[in-house]
Amino acid sequence: MTPRLGRFLVGLPPYAWLALFFLVPFLIVLKISLSEPAAGIPPYMPLWEWGEGAALEIRATLASYAGLFGDELYAYAYVNSIRIAGIATLGCLLIGYPAAYAIARSPTAWRQSLLLLVALPFWTSFLIRVYAWIGILKTEGLLNALLLGLGVITEPLQILQTDLAVIIGMTYSYLPFMVLPLYATLEKMDLSLLEAAADLGCKPHQAFLAVTLPLSVPGIVAGSLLVFIPAVGEFVIPDLLGGPDTLMIGKVLWAEFFDNRDWPMASAVAVAMLVVLVVPIMLIQSARSKAEESEG
Amino acid sequence: MASPTPHQPWTDPQAVPLIRFEGVSKRFGDFVAVEKVDLSIFRGEFFSLLGASGCGKTTLLRMLAGFETPSNGKIFIDGVEMTGIPPYERPVNMMFQSYALFPHMTVAQNVGFGLKQDGLPKARIADKVKAVLDLVQMGKFATRKPHQLSGGQRQRVALARCLAKEPKVLLLDEPLAALDKKLREQTQLELVNIQNRVGITFVMVTHDQGEAMTMSSRIGVMNTGLIQQVGTPVDIYEYPGSRFVADFIGAANMFEGSVTVDSPDHVTTTCPELEHDLTIAHGDSVPVGSPVTVMVRPEKMAVSRDKPAEGLNWAKGVISDIAYLGDVSTYHVRLASGRKVQVLQTNLRHTDEQPLTWDDPVYLGWHPANALVLTR
Repeated sequence: MTPRLGRFLVGLPPYAWLALFFLVPFLIVLKISLSEPAAGIPPYMPLWEWGEGAALEIRATLASYAGLFGDELYAYAYVNSIRIAGIATLGCLLIGYPAAYAIARSPTAWRQSLLLLVALPFWTSFLIRVYAWIGILKTEGLLNALLLGLGVITEPLQILQTDLAVIIGMTYSYLPFMVLPLYATLEKMDLSLLEAAADLGCKPHQAFLAVTLPLSVPGIVAGSLLVFIPAVGEFVIPDLLGGPDTLMIGKVLWAEFFDNRDWPMASAVAVAMLVVLVVPIMLIQSARSKAEESEG
Repeated sequence: MASPTPHQPWTDPQAVPLIRFEGVSKRFGDFVAVEKVDLSIFRGEFFSLLGASGCGKTTLLRMLAGFETPSNGKIFIDGVEMTGIPPYERPVNMMFQSYALFPHMTVAQNVGFGLKQDGLPKARIADKVKAVLDLVQMGKFATRKPHQLSGGQRQRVALARCLAKEPKVLLLDEPLAALDKKLREQTQLELVNIQNRVGITFVMVTHDQGEAMTMSSRIGVMNTGLIQQVGTPVDIYEYPGSRFVADFIGAANMFEGSVTVDSPDHVTTTCPELEHDLTIAHGDSVPVGSPVTVMVRPEKMAVSRDKPAEGLNWAKGVISDIAYLGDVSTYHVRLASGRKVQVLQTNLRHTDEQPLTWDDPVYLGWHPANALVLTR
């Protein structure tokens, strides 16, 4: 077996997997998004048909995409999703960076246990953990009870069913995805660089800003993308913790698919999300990895 | 080739040292890394701390830089006590063994880093960076990133980064260890030249005795946390103060014995391994009967078929091994007692009619002035 063939065979399964379970479904969704809706099963018209005299009739329409622009609701949902996911990503970064830093600088013997603690929530169902936040955030929940008991507030706060609840839920749920790549970057940093910075006149906070922070940018980018991308399309958290006003694209998708049974519209929403979100992010990533390659 | 030092401040009791260690110890848990070090280093010196790994030399250097705090004792730099002064406020800069160049910055940004921290105006920084990069012959590489440089070039950038700050003391932690042999030898002389030009006091840590001998004005030999001896390369080699130093620096033949005569100009000892008593000129005064070690360097002995002249120390043996190195040969001579002695002879002639060879009975001879009595 030639090395070339060997490489091909090793590379085949992941690509085959992606083709089968990402590319093919995406093409199906793309196809549905170009169809006309119909009242039936499936709830859309076929995209092509063998018409009279064996002539192929293609019935593609951009009506669903036009609909995206026609109703402000969609644009609002996109912007709101990006806003909420963005704030949650920032929240994860603000909590996750110090956590990752502390773990990376803790004694070697502790690190594995501390990392395990970060990943520990994954042992419990995601759904249950989000439900638990309802118990914490609701008007007569734990948080309000605590704040009332401490006398910080006199009236219970309305947190549940607001954007804030969604942001809290997302920050909590996605935190490990921020901590792990940040830890990986911070842990491999050469500590003599910090000594060199101190030696050259940097106080600790200056050394952090001049050396640690710039060198951890790859971890920040990786962590932020791992949090931001799934957060934008998140459905469970806004559905459980958000209120009727919390309009996010995941909820819109759900509504189009299951409430309106407008599959072409739902598909168009999904495709548009991919284009506006994933494509720019992929471009940023490839630019970054090129920059990293040139840095060696 | 240590440059000829016009003045030797350590010989002047009035001279004020630039760096002073006073009873400095450092313990890590139960481990004593540095023990009760008293040491003075003077302005303009190229001082080397020499020792095997784990002898405490790096710990001593790191205490000077401020990365470690002494468990006991005090360190003074230019008269200022350094206890509690963090690294970023000390008038010293360190060149790290790993170089510790910032990978995300260009060569120029690396070299200018310390100056930027000092708040110098941009134009001044640019001028200084250029000057110091030219000094280390790296002017052409200012816009490169560290990973685009060879090991030797990185070493120069690391040096430039320290020099740019014009510290009172420049600390070098095994500065040449990462270079290959040939480049290392070149760089040794270059580093000494640069030091002469900038006039900054250098304190270097090394495990390589050749490097220390070549570059230093003085050497501090360290072992198990203690400074064994401080002196010029000549002092350390010719007049080692202890068995450890004699053995650590260069090769040495050592004979255990005891003193039989102690007169003002010489000492006579009897050694069980030798047939004849040894005479050692101008040794320290040693009480009769005390156990001593007599040390003779291999190149200070002569090997020949003839009995050495009257007045020389001598021993009789058989050649058991010859290591021919071209310029010199090392003869391993086995004495009657079974003891082996090394003799180094320069190969003066192209050919010898009757070269000494294996199993030849030979005499070893050396002048009383060329041996040393060690009591420690």
